[in-house]
Amino acid sequence: MSSPIKFLAQKHRKQTAIIAVIGSIYVLSSWILNFDSFSGFTAVPKAFTWLGVNFFPTSESVELLPRIWQKLIETVALAVSSTVVAAIIALFVAILGSKATGINNYVHVIVRGIASFFRNIPLVAWAMILLFSFKQSDFTGFLALLLMTVGYLIRAFMEIIEDEASETMMALKATGASYFQVIFQAVLPQIMPSLISWVLYMIENNVRDATLVGILTGTGIGFIFDLYFKSFRFDAVGMTILAIIIVVIVLEVLSNQIRKVIL
Amino acid sequence: MLEVKHLTKSYQKDKPALTDISFSVEPGNFLAIIGPSGAGKTTILRSLNQLIKDDDGQILLDGSDIRSDNKAQLRKHRRQIGMVFQNYNLVERLTVIENVLHGRLGYKSTLAGMFGIYSEEEKKEALELLDKVGLKDFALQRCSELSGGQKQRVGIARSLIQHPKVILCDEPIASLDPASSHTVMHLLKQLTIEFNIICVANLHQINLAKKYADRIVGIRQGKLVFDEESSMLSEEILETLYDQTISKELE
Repeated sequence: MSSPIKFLAQKHRKQTAIIAVIGSIYVLSSWILNFDSFSGFTAVPKAFTWLGVNFFPTSESVELLPRIWQKLIETVALAVSSTVVAAIIALFVAILGSKATGINNYVHVIVRGIASFFRNIPLVAWAMILLFSFKQSDFTGFLALLLMTVGYLIRAFMEIIEDEASETMMALKATGASYFQVIFQAVLPQIMPSLISWVLYMIENNVRDATLVGILTGTGIGFIFDLYFKSFRFDAVGMTILAIIIVVIVLEVLSNQIRKVIL
Repeated sequence: MLEVKHLTKSYQKDKPALTDISFSVEPGNFLAIIGPSGAGKTTILRSLNQLIKDDDGQILLDGSDIRSDNKAQLRKHRRQIGMVFQNYNLVERLTVIENVLHGRLGYKSTLAGMFGIYSEEEKKEALELLDKVGLKDFALQRCSELSGGQKQRVGIARSLIQHPKVILCDEPIASLDPASSHTVMHLLKQLTIEFNIICVANLHQINLAKKYADRIVGIRQGKLVFDEESSMLSEEILETLYDQTISKELE
């Protein structure tokens, strides 16, 4: 063992070296990409000024609000419905697949694999693949969101069950309770808060993602965004973005309140 | 009567966790199992209701072997064996009375149990037992709001409503402060006599084991090294059991 004094000096040198390495990676990659750091950064304020001028909602775009609002509600509904259906499917699969409640280790590995597959295909890829079969419709968006959400929630639910329900499960098993009694009386009540918390989080996420999917499937707020954008009506685009931001923030505040109550 | 004969278990090959453990307990008796951490106390206790499957031996409850049970028989045996845990293992989000009633699940049809449908008598009994463990006014509180000692008493009520022949206690007071520890130990002792049940408890507190248990079994490296009336527990035995002098504990 080196002396504590030497150790601290060594640690200091190590940290300096790491920062130097990160810095040189930046310089190297800028050189490869022909990226001029200086003009890159000075362009930022200009870009924002341009955005501010062009995307600022005008009185004309305010008139579009009812239409934007209607499409937004459609999008939120899409996000909520796909997440709720995904949560129900994921709960069943997670119970079958978790180490604590599952059938066996093979099923556990297979379920993990399936969840990872659904999760790791990007949402945009899901939407584009599904477009072939289901054309441009709300259902395509619903399915794309559903599949990705199922992937995330299976993984999350399995871990929640293993972390939070194992001990109470053992206690109920010891009383002579049967498998389904243990699931309904111990596992479900025990994991419910974490479960709801995850579902709320996915709803927040899916409202954002549903906008993106809508651009591809030609539905919801994404469609409107795309339409205004491609017809150079930037003020209307700005209005749409503003509306989306407000709805997302409202949803976040709402779900935080729900969390506070249930946890 | 609970008889354990030649119980053997190893988690890894050639590394026995338990070797040839035999002891027996009569109804109305409190048996404490003591020994260092990792000696195999929990393995013994969890073998007794087959939460851990042991490798060989016999576990006889009133003459019938739990080890040779099929699923349905094991369920019937388990409902006669209550269990109390170090971490209480209650469903924290449910109310006290719901947790007590969980002790009845082994007697219910799957559907009635799944949806928590209990008879009036069962509910009344749950309240009586809560009165007995001193939690009469807590029936409708959420378990997460209780203190450690109160949670453990809910755990005891849950095991009592099973009408058990045996109560297994896995480190029942390891997470409790000294005052609650005495309350819980006193309660266990008193209930053992009152309901004429067999109580088997893993304990780290030698002084409490000596005070409350009728008999003490000492386990060291998976082997039974001591099985006597609790008054026979001496410093020399503790020294061999724990590999060090801990005479202070006995005061």
